[in-house]
Amino acid sequence: MIEEVHPIEKFTRKGMIPHIWCAGCGDGVILSEFLRALDELKMNLDKVVVVSGIGCIGRISGYVNLDGFHTTHGRAIAFAVGLKANRPDLKIVVISGDGDLFAIGGNHFIHAARRNIDMTVICSNNFNYGMTGGQSGPTTILQDRTTTTPYGNIEHPFNLVHLAAASGAVYVARWTTIHVRRIRESIKKALTKKGFTFVEIITPCPEQYGRRNKMPGPKDQSNWLKEKSIIQHFTDPLKAEVGPERIVVGEFVDIEKPEYTDLLRRQTIAIQGRLDQEEKLTNAPL
Amino acid sequence: MLRRDTLSGAHFTQGDIACAEGAIAAGCRFFAGYPITPATEVAEHMARRLPEVGGVYLQMEDEIGSVAAIIGASYGGVKSMTSTSGPGFSLMQENIGLAVMTETPIVIVDVMRGGPSTGQPTKAGQQDVMQAKWGSHGDYEIVALSPSSVQETFDLTVQAFNLAERYRIPVFVMIDELIGHMRERLVIPSPDEIEIINRKKPTVPPDAYNPFQPDKDLVPPMAVFGEGYRFYATGLTHDETGHPQTDSAEEQTKLVRRLCDKIRRNRDAIVQVKKLFLDDAKVCLIAYGSVARSAMAAVTRARKRGIKVGFLGLTTIWPFPDKEIEAVADQVDRIVVAEMNYGQIVREVERRFDYRKITFASKLGEDPHTPEELLTHLARDER
Repeated sequence: MIEEVHPIEKFTRKGMIPHIWCAGCGDGVILSEFLRALDELKMNLDKVVVVSGIGCIGRISGYVNLDGFHTTHGRAIAFAVGLKANRPDLKIVVISGDGDLFAIGGNHFIHAARRNIDMTVICSNNFNYGMTGGQSGPTTILQDRTTTTPYGNIEHPFNLVHLAAASGAVYVARWTTIHVRRIRESIKKALTKKGFTFVEIITPCPEQYGRRNKMPGPKDQSNWLKEKSIIQHFTDPLKAEVGPERIVVGEFVDIEKPEYTDLLRRQTIAIQGRLDQEEKLTNAPL
Repeated sequence: MLRRDTLSGAHFTQGDIACAEGAIAAGCRFFAGYPITPATEVAEHMARRLPEVGGVYLQMEDEIGSVAAIIGASYGGVKSMTSTSGPGFSLMQENIGLAVMTETPIVIVDVMRGGPSTGQPTKAGQQDVMQAKWGSHGDYEIVALSPSSVQETFDLTVQAFNLAERYRIPVFVMIDELIGHMRERLVIPSPDEIEIINRKKPTVPPDAYNPFQPDKDLVPPMAVFGEGYRFYATGLTHDETGHPQTDSAEEQTKLVRRLCDKIRRNRDAIVQVKKLFLDDAKVCLIAYGSVARSAMAAVTRARKRGIKVGFLGLTTIWPFPDKEIEAVADQVDRIVVAEMNYGQIVREVERRFDYRKITFASKLGEDPHTPEELLTHLARDER
């Protein structure tokens, strides 16, 4: 008898699966495409660390059979910054949600991007706080309904790719969970590019968001993403909108810029070299 | 051969700088922080010194991120520290709980100023000592040390790292502004005279490693990220494998008790006090931090007048030196507690001694208690 083994099973942590995600949720697509990207890149898995915050997708750092840390709400990037600054040999991937990364953790996102510290941030954007039962968040679409916007959302949402680009990210892409192969390709690009890289993945949340916004079935939001998304590579991130009628996806930024840990290493070597010289002079026999 | 990380010899410097040098001598190679009076000098000194010893200084966007960053660095195997004052210490509280829960060795320095809120940034206070114990939510024990001199700031910062590494816990150095900014003599010992403790590493191969399985001392060995152990840590209640256990009363009880007991059971090894003239004392003066200096002067003057008073200095504030106070309580008629707040540690003393026989000497604002002021409280029965 031939035992059938899922191709990415070796990348998942025994005892943590099945996952907590609902039927129709896109987080599973993100998990599997991230693991396939690692597989295809043949990365040294002992050197990959996944850091996540709080929320449904936040559990991902425990599902992967890698070093993983599940931080307090919003602090995944700050944890990752401290780790990366000291361990440039590690490949650090932050995978978290829109509320975690851009509401409570927004400050850490913009500052990590500003520093251009080498890490990949993958955001599962489902437009709401799913784990707590579907409250509005920083990406909730105008006029959409959530448990805390029962009369419709009157706050303008963040355009995450515009925010990432303006903050200094060197690679910025947006896809939806129906763009399965493109997600993988973008994650691969993000992982191999030095600097702060960002991939936004728009994710259905039928249980908490879809059913309050006339898309109650597990497939309804996916169909909406399929119908309304258009690929416009390297369009101005400012114009890359996400709305009920139009979801602009693609790659928006791919630039070169000196990276933080490289600059840090060079500066430290220079300081120590200068000290070595001075000590040689002071200790020189008269 | 020069040791850049231990500047052995005599110096004339301030508490904040002694703290930074103590950290570096203890092996600290990462500092993440945010500028705040009166702790800024710790950060500034670390920014200048850490690159000289191959370490990293990182200015974070806030104090919340500072603690998250040093937790991250500690999981990367690097001894790490941050420093702050009251407002920043408030912001740090949630991630202090994360460090407790994920058993992360880190050192947090709080150079205390006057509060609440922005309060008096340049003036001394001891108003954060209860926050140090109870600031984050949930049940936990903490270690907090309180230096009374520039020399002690250096020594206790070294000890803070040793305790953090030994028990896998966050340790606080609670300096008050007076000690932080006061300049006096500091003698940095030679490196071989400084005891350095490093965290236990796993002795089992990765496939046999359970990241939160404790040894007999209740402390689990700590692997480092990137060395093939591929382990997971979470702020959620977890079992010995590190897997979340959000529904199990048994796992919650087991974990919370162990996190507290690894400190409670070792309190005798952790707690340090200073004693002066206590042998035949009838009145005991209790103080810590800068107030301990006035207290020692007051007690010495009282003794010259023939008043039988003694001094108990709390070098360790948490775990609370309850046994040491109970030992004194059996022999004295009266206790005086002096603090630069409106009544914090005095409440802990009241739990161990008849509150009707306790005098609380409060001081708020710029000046600490003078020895004369304390003497008035000590000599009350002599009138």
